[in-house]
Amino acid sequence: METVNPIERVLRGVAITLVILFFMFPILWIVLMSFQTNETILRMPPSVVFTPTIENYQALITGKLETSAGILEIAFMKNLFNSFFLSTASVAIGLVLGVPAAYAFARLKFKGSEDIAFTLLSFRFAPPLLVLLPLTIYFQQLGLANTYGGLIWVYQLIVLPLILWIVRGYFEDIPADVEYAYRIAGHSWGATFRKIALPLAGPGIAAAALLAFIFAWNNFVFALVLASADKQPVTVGALAFVTASGIQYGQIAAGIVLSIAPTFALALYAQRYLVEGLSLGAVKG
Amino acid sequence: MTVQLSLKAVDKFYGPISKGVHAVKNINMDIHKGEIIALLGSSGCGKTSTLRMVAGFEDTSRGTITLAGREIHRLPPVKRNVAMAFEGYSLYPTVTVRENIAFALKAARLPEAEVAAKVTEVAEMLEITDILDRYPTSISGGQQQRASLARALVRDADLHLLDEPMGQLEPQLRTLLRGRIKHYIKERGLTAILVTHDQTEANAMADRIAVMEGGVLQQFASPEEIKEAPANLFTGTFVGEPPMNVFPATVTEAGGMIHLDLQGGLDLKYPVSEFSDPVRKAMVASRQIVLGVRPYAVHRSDQGAPAQVVANQWLGDQTHIAASFAGGAIVLVEHDFADVVLGQDIRVQLKPEDLHVFDAKTGQALSHGAELA
Ligand SMILES: Nc1ncnc2c1ncn2[C@@H]1O[C@H](COP(=O)(O)OP(=O)(O)O)[C@@H](O)[C@H]1O
Ligand SMILES: [Mg+2]
Repeated sequence: METVNPIERVLRGVAITLVILFFMFPILWIVLMSFQTNETILRMPPSVVFTPTIENYQALITGKLETSAGILEIAFMKNLFNSFFLSTASVAIGLVLGVPAAYAFARLKFKGSEDIAFTLLSFRFAPPLLVLLPLTIYFQQLGLANTYGGLIWVYQLIVLPLILWIVRGYFEDIPADVEYAYRIAGHSWGATFRKIALPLAGPGIAAAALLAFIFAWNNFVFALVLASADKQPVTVGALAFVTASGIQYGQIAAGIVLSIAPTFALALYAQRYLVEGLSLGAVKG
Repeated sequence: MTVQLSLKAVDKFYGPISKGVHAVKNINMDIHKGEIIALLGSSGCGKTSTLRMVAGFEDTSRGTITLAGREIHRLPPVKRNVAMAFEGYSLYPTVTVRENIAFALKAARLPEAEVAAKVTEVAEMLEITDILDRYPTSISGGQQQRASLARALVRDADLHLLDEPMGQLEPQLRTLLRGRIKHYIKERGLTAILVTHDQTEANAMADRIAVMEGGVLQQFASPEEIKEAPANLFTGTFVGEPPMNVFPATVTEAGGMIHLDLQGGLDLKYPVSEFSDPVRKAMVASRQIVLGVRPYAVHRSDQGAPAQVVANQWLGDQTHIAASFAGGAIVLVEHDFADVVLGQDIRVQLKPEDLHVFDAKTGQALSHGAELA
């Protein structure tokens, strides 16, 4: 056993605290901002002392934004729902398509399989702006512009390669003989996929789904161009706070807090899957 | 005797045919119902590849495989009705040992009571009853190996393939289980192929041994026959412990004597009458031969050829003496404590009836003692 001397332990603690402060500070500041009015946020010098207010959250939830120019309708809750719906549906479809494909790529080494898998991955290399213009035109002609279906389709560019490549790695880590043992015991190929491969890759699939969800949730460009107000997710909807009469920092902050809350909660909840997923190697041998 | 498994001209290439790794070369083999066959060979000789083709995990590059009258080499594993214990155990990590063993029985829709009884029986036989409710990751390698073996043996399949099923076990347990497993297989009339590189295991368990090397089936015969009449130089030197002594020699016949010229200027002379006629003719015709003699057939004798002791090991029940001889070394086994010291000059005798003669060019056996091969 390694014995840690007290000084080293203290230094380590300090270092970790600094790192955590550095990364958490912006988030903490935003949380603080979300409970302040524009006046207290913008005062000079800034201060952490203020009387908290929940009017930012109220405005977001009721959908009525009071500005000096009058009352503005905002669709924040609708945006939040859109984000939720688009991300969930995209990941669900991504899993349905991607997991069996990942299994095929992992287990069946057919001619050109590497090329196909790599082509799918290469979608992640292309900058979205490159495909946006042609995509917009196609979508308008096909009537897919500003539909959930169209957006979910485009979101597959984000989630499918991610799921495919992560899950494929997990499938490859399962020793083929474990599956052979099941097949020779009188089970079909499909049953083996469901009963052996899927459960063993489960933590990996969960990890991939989580990452894909976060990527889909954070997407901005596709949604900005391809969706109008009623289909927009929060990432785009937040632009509404940049109004003619000024930027509503308090509401933006509250919007950010509300929009990161789901992914944050999901990440915390799924942490154990991620850890389990990473220790899948224990299955080997 | 009905043929249960038949391999006809079976080849395995990893990669494209004729270009890839040629792991199994033109294997022909008929295995009878109820037989236990040992597939014996050094690491990498193609034993596992052969099993995997029979099981259906690797496709058969060429040739046909027939099991219980059905051509199976193009069927998926699920349709072959073969049970297998894997070299790497390959237990399902998410379920207990008990469920691992019961999986195939449940898939075959056996009644629950019967499943439980079969699992208990095989677990008792393999001494794993105490770990039945543990998970594979929480038990030792030896226990995993027995669980994997149990999973194969519990089934009532047309063929049982056991890939080095006892490699991880301690010697005592291995000896005990050898007997029990053999009894279990015989009692049920199962047909089994046991892959091993342990010749003691092969001798103890198998009705016939298939010796493989370099992807080629070298000999397929009973343990006695393989020992008494090895088909070629490889089998002769591979099977037997300590290994057979071999010496290249040139044969000439002159003045009623057979001369065997060994290396180091050693000339062994035998009266022609000591060899049977056909053996003498075959040796003379071949001229360049390799002489093989088992260590326990080499005796010290005053009439023998000179040798000098280089090692003397008393193993508790027998002595292994190594001596420099004919430009090489010779090993002899004596069943008593031998009072010889290093450097001591001894004389060793090779009797014609103990000689295995191989053709030097082809390595094929010409004769064993007085019999032609
Ligand atoms: N999947 C594979 N791809 C390429 N070569 C292989 C593969 N499996 C085995 N081999 C080669 O085939 C030969 C026989 O291997 P194997 O059947 O595993 O031998 P054994 O079980 O007798 O040790 C070896 O040379 C090995 O390297
Ligand atoms: Mg092997």
